[in-house]
Amino acid sequence: MTDIPTRSAFAGPKDYFALLKPRVMSLVIFTALVGMVAAVAGGASIQPGLAAASLLAIAVGAGASGALNMWWDADIDAVMARTVSRPIPQGLVPKSEAAGFGLLLSALSVALLALASNYVAAGLLAFTIFFYVVIYSMWLKRSTPQNIVIGGAAGALPPVVAWAAASGSAPLDAWILFLIIFLWTPPHFWALALYREGDYARAGVPMMPNVAGESSTKRQIFSYSIMLAVAGVAPYATGLGDVLYLATSSAFGAGFLMLAWRVLKSPPKSKEAPKQLFAFSILYLFALFAALLAEDLFALYA
Amino acid sequence: MPEIDLSPEEKKQRSQRNVAIALGLTAFIIVVFLVTILKISGNIDGTP
Repeated sequence: MTDIPTRSAFAGPKDYFALLKPRVMSLVIFTALVGMVAAVAGGASIQPGLAAASLLAIAVGAGASGALNMWWDADIDAVMARTVSRPIPQGLVPKSEAAGFGLLLSALSVALLALASNYVAAGLLAFTIFFYVVIYSMWLKRSTPQNIVIGGAAGALPPVVAWAAASGSAPLDAWILFLIIFLWTPPHFWALALYREGDYARAGVPMMPNVAGESSTKRQIFSYSIMLAVAGVAPYATGLGDVLYLATSSAFGAGFLMLAWRVLKSPPKSKEAPKQLFAFSILYLFALFAALLAEDLFALYA
Repeated sequence: MPEIDLSPEEKKQRSQRNVAIALGLTAFIIVVFLVTILKISGNIDGTP
């Protein structure tokens, strides 16, 4: 089944930790924290200790889905420069152990979230893991260039899960946070795919640039960027965000649009503009959520 | 089962894996205990 030479006796704890995709996990913890604090600022109440345990459960759930993704996509990871150093392609962790590790952590994280908060949040976390692993990794990733568009829902759910953990429900404002991450995902990943196109083509993954072509991808990046810039200011309209948020989301939305425009107008095969957009997209999401967090903490404690 | 000879480096990694599993299980037990205590204390005044 696999010709990866096993070096599993050399695997240390850090290799299992790497299965959890720590960098993705840190973004999940951050967006979930913002969702939770926003819920509390909106009147929900959760004990700080239970809030911390809930965030831990959400983080571990995200890590578990990362491990299951690496189990399923080990063949893809082995041929892509970006992922070849992951523990399974390196032969450090056998595929079956990654699967077991991911399943165990999935079950424990959902159970812990049910204990620490409520069944709505636990159900949403279970759905998030299911969506990322089964709908995205197993089904969409290899079959359609819309893979990361639809799959983006999994990455967009953590603030909703955390909102539900604090309040027991998922109101419109929680889904606005979902929408921002959801619309952010396509330009973020397509910018990456534009300068890593060869990688995905070699792995046989139907990413937009190697299916619809470069210029179509650039147009779609720009379309999503317009929708993102609009959705980005929506929290101000509903009262979820205040003036600091409005200023941040407007400025960063304009910056995002400008870089997406540069990608649109960049000559074929040039990597510079997509690289800049990719880097800025991470900053964009961080800035918007940090602005919300700052406002909510100020409202709660000042 | 035949004996498998592990190099000192492999033995070191194995013991590190064992310690990590022990710490992970202990942490999980402590977290569940603390969550239980917090949940109970949150309900101790009798309000539903």
